[in-house]
Amino acid sequence: MRLNFGMIKRSKSPIPGFGLTMGFTIFYLSIIVLIPIVALFGEAFSMGFDEFIRATTNDRVVASYKLTFLTSLIAALINTFFGLIVAWCLVRYTFWGKRVFDAIVDLPFALPTAVSGIALTTLYSHQGWFGQILEPLGFKIVFTPTGITIALIFIGLPFVVRTLQPAFEELEVEQEEASASLGATRWQTFYKVILPTVFPALLTGFALSFARALGEYGSVVFIAGNMPMKTEISTLLIITKLEQYDYAGATAIAVVMLLISFVMLLLINMLQRWSAKRKGMEAI
Amino acid sequence: MKTFNDAKSTQNESKWVQFLLIGTAVLFLLVMLVVPLITIFIEAFRKGVEAYFVSFNDEYVLQAIKLTFITAAIAVPLNLVFGVCASWAIAKYSFFGKSLLITLIDLPFAVSPVISGFVYVLLFGAQGWFGHWLIEHDVQIIFAVPGIVLATIFVTFPFVARELIPLMQEQGNDEEQAALLLGASGFQTFFKVTLPNIKWGLLYGVILCNARAMGEFGAVSVVSGHIQGVTNTMPLQVEILYNEYNFVAAFAVSTLLAILALFTLLLKYMLEWKVARDLAKLKTDE
Repeated sequence: MRLNFGMIKRSKSPIPGFGLTMGFTIFYLSIIVLIPIVALFGEAFSMGFDEFIRATTNDRVVASYKLTFLTSLIAALINTFFGLIVAWCLVRYTFWGKRVFDAIVDLPFALPTAVSGIALTTLYSHQGWFGQILEPLGFKIVFTPTGITIALIFIGLPFVVRTLQPAFEELEVEQEEASASLGATRWQTFYKVILPTVFPALLTGFALSFARALGEYGSVVFIAGNMPMKTEISTLLIITKLEQYDYAGATAIAVVMLLISFVMLLLINMLQRWSAKRKGMEAI
Repeated sequence: MKTFNDAKSTQNESKWVQFLLIGTAVLFLLVMLVVPLITIFIEAFRKGVEAYFVSFNDEYVLQAIKLTFITAAIAVPLNLVFGVCASWAIAKYSFFGKSLLITLIDLPFAVSPVISGFVYVLLFGAQGWFGHWLIEHDVQIIFAVPGIVLATIFVTFPFVARELIPLMQEQGNDEEQAALLLGASGFQTFFKVTLPNIKWGLLYGVILCNARAMGEFGAVSVVSGHIQGVTNTMPLQVEILYNEYNFVAAFAVSTLLAILALFTLLLKYMLEWKVARDLAKLKTDE
């Protein structure tokens, strides 16, 4: 039953089952995740360089990248700002309904994206509660990049709040006391003592929220209107190409997006390591 | 270490700053999260209670509900077994490449749902790598139930493992070694020693995995083919009903998914507390 995995060498341990559990883990990981992803890259390589470049740089595709990137960036920035306030209030203050608000922060994780999508579209359409107020004022939300951004704010918010909450909880009050006794105002203490300490967590939250927004589909398609060149996000374009049996075109966009996801994953891992290191240094 | 709770009130902001911050936070959460949630229920009951229930008296809707349950019933147990195996291998032994393995297990969270479905189309679709072979042997995966199950497994892949790995790493090997020394077999050790220690974390992972499995839209949308009554899950049926301007029915099906989400949040809230307590107990025991 003992399997040998070349690189993976185990140290001596009296606990049984290494071969069985590691064998199944590698097998299942390979067939479900690794082989399909390798297949995607293989498909891209079989296209040839020129065709790949053509498929990833035509106007419609580039317009979708720009839209996806910009709306995701704005949504992540807005989430970082409000997420900071929400996390601070949930950790530091007591107020009516705090526990409910704390629990509801996870709603976007738990609610299926299609449901979020139709609910937001209904709310911001010209008959909806928010649309009724905003449209006469000249703000059209549905079928515009603003609508896409709102959907992306919705799905990205928990990442910022849930990353910042533990960082705020672990703050040492001595530092704030020291800062206050040296004559700093509360704002100076926040800006010069608290913010630098939680900065890695803040950046991690921003990056997680941004990465999630880049790949989002369900909550966006309903509110976006999906007009080519205007409100067509990259994930939707993959599906459109697929429906036209343009596998090469879909593959090219998917590979570019996957590479961006991998870069984001790497960045987030580095940020989390930085964050952990900083925490370790403070313990000393 | 002193935490905030021990601090004096001199560390607090002035009353009106607090009021402003809490007001902003609450208003933001109300506008962004609570109102959209309420909208689902209001739209579902817009034409009355009767219209709401009539929405479920539809063959396609019932088929979609059934398929959603079947998909979750296959995907969740498979990912549960995987999660237990992976966390056992990772937490109980030390080996080279462990952090790479953990990153690879987390990979599906970083991949867009649309791409998660698309990779299976490339493998098993009519033009895909195994397409010819599958057609010759009359096996259909894409635009059929197996594809939906595969895509669901992909997107829910890390949930159980991700909950269990830190929990089992924290717990160490001492209790298992004691059990083995006393003559227990490997499986006895797992079921009588390890499992009771990780049960809340395990349940938590399963609940999150199930919620996502039942609610997945993007990945399933790519592989489904949207054949009503055959390859439509609940979220896909919501899309079809909405695009047919059948808003009451779309939101009625959505209420089921929203109730599932609220139920998940409630359980999550309760289990988080239990898992935190278990971890705290471990730390004081040390």
